Amino acid sequence: MKTLPVLLRVLRDPAAAVGLDAAGWDLLLRQALNADMSAILLVLLEDAGLLEQVPKAARSHLEWARMTGERHARAVRYEVLQIGRALSGLGLPLILLKGSAYALAGLAAGRGRLFSDIDILVPKAQLGEVEAALMLHGWAGTHQDAYDQRYYREWMHELPPMEHLRRGNVIDVHHAILPETAAVRPDPAKLRAAAVALPALDPGMPPLHVLAPHDMVLHCAVHLFSEGEFSHGTRNLFDLHRLLLEFGRQDGFWDGLPARARALELGRPLFYALRYCRRLLGTPIPDAVLRATAAEGPAQPLRALMDSLFLRALLPAHPSCADAFAPLAHGMLYIRGNWLRMPFFMLTRHLFHKAFLSPDAKPVH
Amino acid sequence: MLTVADLPRRELAARLAGPGLVLRTGPFANRIRSDIPQLRDGIALLYADYPVDAPGGFADFHLSLRRAGGLRRFFRPQVCFSHEGVSPFKPLPLAQAFPMFEWVMNWCVTHRAHSWLIIHAAVLERHGRAIILPAPPGSGKSTLCAALVTRGWRLLSDEMTLVRLDDGAVLPLPRPVSLKNESIGIIRAYAPDAVLSPPVENTNKGTIAHLKAPSASIARVGDVAQPAFIVFPRYEAGAPVTLTPMGRARAFMGVAENAFNYQVLGMRGFTALGQLIDATAAFEFRYSKLDDAVQLFERMARDGV
Repeated sequence: MKTLPVLLRVLRDPAAAVGLDAAGWDLLLRQALNADMSAILLVLLEDAGLLEQVPKAARSHLEWARMTGERHARAVRYEVLQIGRALSGLGLPLILLKGSAYALAGLAAGRGRLFSDIDILVPKAQLGEVEAALMLHGWAGTHQDAYDQRYYREWMHELPPMEHLRRGNVIDVHHAILPETAAVRPDPAKLRAAAVALPALDPGMPPLHVLAPHDMVLHCAVHLFSEGEFSHGTRNLFDLHRLLLEFGRQDGFWDGLPARARALELGRPLFYALRYCRRLLGTPIPDAVLRATAAEGPAQPLRALMDSLFLRALLPAHPSCADAFAPLAHGMLYIRGNWLRMPFFMLTRHLFHKAFLSPDAKPVH
Repeated sequence: MLTVADLPRRELAARLAGPGLVLRTGPFANRIRSDIPQLRDGIALLYADYPVDAPGGFADFHLSLRRAGGLRRFFRPQVCFSHEGVSPFKPLPLAQAFPMFEWVMNWCVTHRAHSWLIIHAAVLERHGRAIILPAPPGSGKSTLCAALVTRGWRLLSDEMTLVRLDDGAVLPLPRPVSLKNESIGIIRAYAPDAVLSPPVENTNKGTIAHLKAPSASIARVGDVAQPAFIVFPRYEAGAPVTLTPMGRARAFMGVAENAFNYQVLGMRGFTALGQLIDATAAFEFRYSKLDDAVQLFERMARDGV
């Protein structure tokens, strides 16, 4: 790989920003904006004590991002509190996933991290109760047409996204971390059994949970490397990087990670996570862990192909980072993402339906 | 400092088509790239007095407005806006390139520039006193703003009042004043010497033309103004001039409803808005004749009451 995009260089080492000239700052902020990482950039520079050295014009942009980031953090706390209250009577183990989990658990990965939906994991047997309780408290299902309903309820690992009628915020209610139709289906009971309780947000409310450190990393990895959409590729990879840095300091974290991945059938996404975190972000990963996961990776020539796809898709979604093959890489990963979701025949039928039969299908000009 | 007027036409076109024209508006540097002649002409006419930075440095906003490709090149041509390779809005007919440019220049500020409380309001200054005119579309805010500008008021902004969070001063962002439908004829009659862009018909707001901001206002872009009045205008055919004092709570809510980023700023927005309301007197204002309005505003600015 040639030189890394400036955003990645600064994510690896915030001090790399210090020597930038006006054009360098211009590009750094533009890449960060497109990657949805402006507030993360602020946090990194601030933590490194470098904010005073940022040129005035660029500093203003970082302060704008601070406002957006703080607003987001307030809104997420409020929304999670509302969800917790809405579901407090059900006696559920309510588990937050992804962005809201990082934020509410006070993890480094949550700082400056923006996200659009709140994801929760509940037992499949209680999906109906959860949906009813959310509806009573103002959330309504989206995707009302019969096909979408079937797609989500029979095949996917989540309800159709629910949107709050007044606040417009969206919640994704999951009962598993991969679709019912995928070849690999990690047992959600194992994830729930290991989940960790957070300090109560509200005295009257049952505690919220987040996944245990191993599972949080593995979920982040499987989410990133099974998806077909990489517009937030850099940010999601940086989530992994920050989780690994923070959890990696806990005793026993690295030792247990490969085994936990195997137990959940997530060895392959963990392999990718470690490989690309190290390659693109310089994440320190013990050699023993790399050796223990090496066999989970794809064999050649597939490995070289996956490298050429992921090393493009994980770059910031900015024109300055895209080479001539980037659109092809994104396209192939999109197909792969759908392929991993469901078997070939089902996928063909699904894409056919989406293209020609769904009410919002658009004629192609 | 180099201005748009200093650039030969060919150089202006070359920058727009190539590395970008870096246009300074208020505190912002906007890098603009475009291959559309109407847009180039609009910029040459209405932004003649604005400073231009050398390409290749730092810019706050990066806007690209280009002709849609493919068949659209020949059949009902369109203008596409893209921001960093992302197109957040649908293309518009090519004839609307300049109104679209103005619109996305506003959008860049309102959805990102959170160093200020940004109110959807015109703001003008005379005798050291700034009057903020918040108002929903259709209230006659821009017409009133244009009339005042042609009678010697300093234009700080027609669309966005930028209130500094720490001290409540209003930052100038003078840009062309957007006039709609009948307002265009009214201002032409009111100020025959005013420079207006050619009207563009059939936009989603009807016919639009832009009034050039006074050179003197653009030259004073570095001088902040102190807000003295908040006036909620309403044009009503045949109505006599009435100026009704507003309670502070109502004024607060009225401005909050017209603020773009009040929610984003959280506590800071609440504090800044509270200080703004404390520092100003607020009124509801009805008028039908521009001359009456201009006279009243002149008295308010001169006497401070």
